[in-house]
Amino acid sequence: MTDRSEMFDRLKDLIEPFNKKGVEVTETTTFAGDLEWDSLTVMDFVAEVEDSFDIVISMNLQAEIENVGHLVDAVTKLTAA
Amino acid sequence: MTDLFSKFDALIAQRAGLLATGVKDPFSLVMEEVKSPTVAVVNGKETILLGTYNYMGMTFDDDVIAAGKQALDEFGAGTTGSRVLNGTFQGHKECEDALKEFYGMDHAMVFSTGYQANLGIISTIAGKGDYIILDIDSHASIYDGCKMGDAEIVAFRHNDVDALEKRLKRLPADAGKLVVLEGVYSMLGDVAPLKEMIRVSKEAGAMILVDEAHSMGFIGENGRGVAEEQGVLDDVDFVIGTFSKSVGTVGGFCVSNHPKFEIMRLVCRPYVFTASLPPAVVACSAASIRKLMHNGNKRAHLWENSRNLHQGLRDLGFKLGTPDAQSAIIAVIMPDLEKGAMMWAALLENGLYVNLARPPATPAGMTLLRCSLCAEHSSEQVADILSRFERAGKAVGII
Repeated sequence: MTDRSEMFDRLKDLIEPFNKKGVEVTETTTFAGDLEWDSLTVMDFVAEVEDSFDIVISMNLQAEIENVGHLVDAVTKLTAA
Repeated sequence: MTDLFSKFDALIAQRAGLLATGVKDPFSLVMEEVKSPTVAVVNGKETILLGTYNYMGMTFDDDVIAAGKQALDEFGAGTTGSRVLNGTFQGHKECEDALKEFYGMDHAMVFSTGYQANLGIISTIAGKGDYIILDIDSHASIYDGCKMGDAEIVAFRHNDVDALEKRLKRLPADAGKLVVLEGVYSMLGDVAPLKEMIRVSKEAGAMILVDEAHSMGFIGENGRGVAEEQGVLDDVDFVIGTFSKSVGTVGGFCVSNHPKFEIMRLVCRPYVFTASLPPAVVACSAASIRKLMHNGNKRAHLWENSRNLHQGLRDLGFKLGTPDAQSAIIAVIMPDLEKGAMMWAALLENGLYVNLARPPATPAGMTLLRCSLCAEHSSEQVADILSRFERAGKAVGII
């Protein structure tokens, strides 16, 4: 499980600059609900994650990512390829 | 029972809140009379139109109207059919011929609206396993075309060549790719760096579609748009356009040099499964497109109007969407929706109509008063427009 927690930590670091409300970030934290991100923040954050991992997260995939755990899964899968 | 309309409650409340402040509803305006491309009667009052996209003022052109009347007499009121069945009349072919000549391209396909042209072409040419790479500020018709198809959608930051290039490089080299761009973005009226974007797209092996809805008729040497202006029209695979702006009617189109383009008439559902444009509309459109080929003086006057309005509004202290006049759209940035609605209403009281634009149509959550100029606006009207902006802006406390 260290791989997963490493991935979680890296993503958490990327989330923090956008975490204006200071919400505690766990795997079940939702982007729209808990973090209250609007579409602009989502766009900036996605670009940040894409550039950090040198991946592309399509809008089709973004639609399925509701919480941090989903993002960990998605980025793990995209970087494994 | 779950009320399916409860998802609209937030919007209903926002709208009610806005109307409760006493402003008129900006989204239910009625033009009681239309006197010319630049003047209408609204609420019984003569009003200057500064939000119509009627860039070249072709709606009342004598030759355009005469062509429409003749077609109405000779071909009737409607086609009652799809383009691929009984809905292609002589006028539709003539309209497509005019487009081929206007753009100097081999193929032209006329749709019933510009929205359907984007919907149809994008959803049909990019399929499962293909990628569509688009600017995040793309028009709703582009997003809806993406949603209707089965391709993977990748967005990049507005007008950012670097962001586009990075994303293209991360995609599988052998996957089909369609890059979708616009010449002029309609919310702020800013122009895309098509030359660089098309270069990086070609290097990545992508096909390129450019929506030139807001540039046809007055940008580029022959009015073919921003791609022509930047010298890269030959590298564009598909140009999408509309008749409801410079052409002055309604309808949409795609022009292309792709050798297999004609197959689109059989596989593009928003082309096949809808009725074709009425005979009068295609006749007016063809006449208008042919006149737009030779319109140097009108183009020059439109640009003069746009630069004068931009300079004048800046001098009055308004905040604008672009540092200079890049198109015939000038966007005035409002502090918030409430002030924007008040300013919009104050302008209308002063006999001036502009578009109120707000999220989600606008980028970065902005409220905009969007002005679009017409080649038929006189220099006096532009001066008049500026004094009305000054009066309304002072009354509302924005300047």
